[in-house]
Amino acid sequence: MVGLFGFAVAAVAVPAPGYVPLAVAIVVGLALVLSTGVSWRHLWPRLLVEVPFLVFAIVLPFIATGPRISVGPVEVSEPGLHAAWAIAAKGTAAVLAATAFSVTTTARDLVSALQRLRVPDTLVTILSFMVRYAGVVIEELHRMRIARESRGFRGRGVRDWPVIGRTLGTLFIRSFERGERVHVAMVSRGYTGRLPALAANAPRGRDWAVACVPAAVVVGVAASLMVGR
Amino acid sequence: MTTPVLDLRGVAYRYPGSHQALFGVDLHVHAGERVALLGPNGAGKTTLVLHLNGILRAGAGTIEVSGLPVTDANLPEIRRRVGIVFQDPDDQLFMPTVHDDVAFGPANLGLTGEALAARVTAALTAVGVADLADRAPHHLSFGQRRRVAIATVLAMEPDILVLDEPTSNLDPTSRRELADILRTLPVTVLMVTHDLPYAAELCERSVLLSDGVVSADGPTLELLADPDLLARHRLELPWGFALPTPQPSADPGVGP
Repeated sequence: MVGLFGFAVAAVAVPAPGYVPLAVAIVVGLALVLSTGVSWRHLWPRLLVEVPFLVFAIVLPFIATGPRISVGPVEVSEPGLHAAWAIAAKGTAAVLAATAFSVTTTARDLVSALQRLRVPDTLVTILSFMVRYAGVVIEELHRMRIARESRGFRGRGVRDWPVIGRTLGTLFIRSFERGERVHVAMVSRGYTGRLPALAANAPRGRDWAVACVPAAVVVGVAASLMVGR
Repeated sequence: MTTPVLDLRGVAYRYPGSHQALFGVDLHVHAGERVALLGPNGAGKTTLVLHLNGILRAGAGTIEVSGLPVTDANLPEIRRRVGIVFQDPDDQLFMPTVHDDVAFGPANLGLTGEALAARVTAALTAVGVADLADRAPHHLSFGQRRRVAIATVLAMEPDILVLDEPTSNLDPTSRRELADILRTLPVTVLMVTHDLPYAAELCERSVLLSDGVVSADGPTLELLADPDLLARHRLELPWGFALPTPQPSADPGVGP
């Protein structure tokens, strides 16, 4: 996780236009994704997050100000073109790395990693419960929707909003009550305020080293180019 | 007689700013017994259960668990001795994986490493779900979640296992599988239910709680054979169910 954060920061911090280091960053990101061995069909939906940024990057050269140059038949703004490249490249590299991270890391490892990184217990607990109960709450919402529609309700137009509002209110109260029951169950098993750290694998020196490689590559390339100038 | 595992004397409780739920309950459960706590909805069954490990505190009366009174100082030990399995397994299973959830209780008791792993394995094996250890609770079937919920409590090696409506929402097969498991567990059991055939099948003794007092206490088959008693307390045997004739090793048969 630290490695991912470092990589993203490194990629974003590369001074524009920085063609070479950013290209390297994309290659590293691609390599990370390929190393997970996950199929493209599985990856595509996750990469879609980036689409808005790419659209913006494509539009930018046309709407940005500054000296214009012609690329093929169209005239585009030169600084806009550079900025577009920077946005697209930085975004792509970071999203690739984040995707590689997310498809190989379970929610449970994520929670225990946060705990190990000294994130406050309360936050870790909240996150862990969110992971566990998001599904339960969504299922409850789904059941309530089916119950509404079974009695002839069709959510159309503003006049139906109060019904939706009451549904959400009920959902909140139900979740709140569930929270109380969960707390009772926890206290019954000796809960005192801190989730016991249960995940087995503490990162070793080698893990840290491997995690830092992607960020180090990008920083290294960028630095050597700056020095070489 | 030996010290009872559960010893309740005159336990009374009123919900703050609301109705009174218990009006002086006397109940004794001895080691090795399987006792059914029967009663209609609203009889105070769940309220009583919450008293057993000190979540709720009796307004009057005393509760002792294996001779240890329920007081603030004793709470951690009381909660180890009394293992409560709640009605909705989704309330009980809150950790990201089955293994972590079963480990939660013993870890709170201070166990780590090998000892902790051994507890978890033993508890999961006892309810026959050792292969589910790495799964997430929300990916399990309801029957599996129920069994894991029992394992989470067994891992604390309690003196008494308290089950709140163990058969609710279970399909017939899961229900029977659960009975098979409960029969093999070497612990004292207090089973809160209004599933009368289940009580007859598993518990030799039953206690009838109604309107916040114990109104009958005796061999399950005798209690269930008294239709007037059951009717007075809004209980009845399901249609088509016939009590087995009282004889040793009798299985509940289904009548015509």
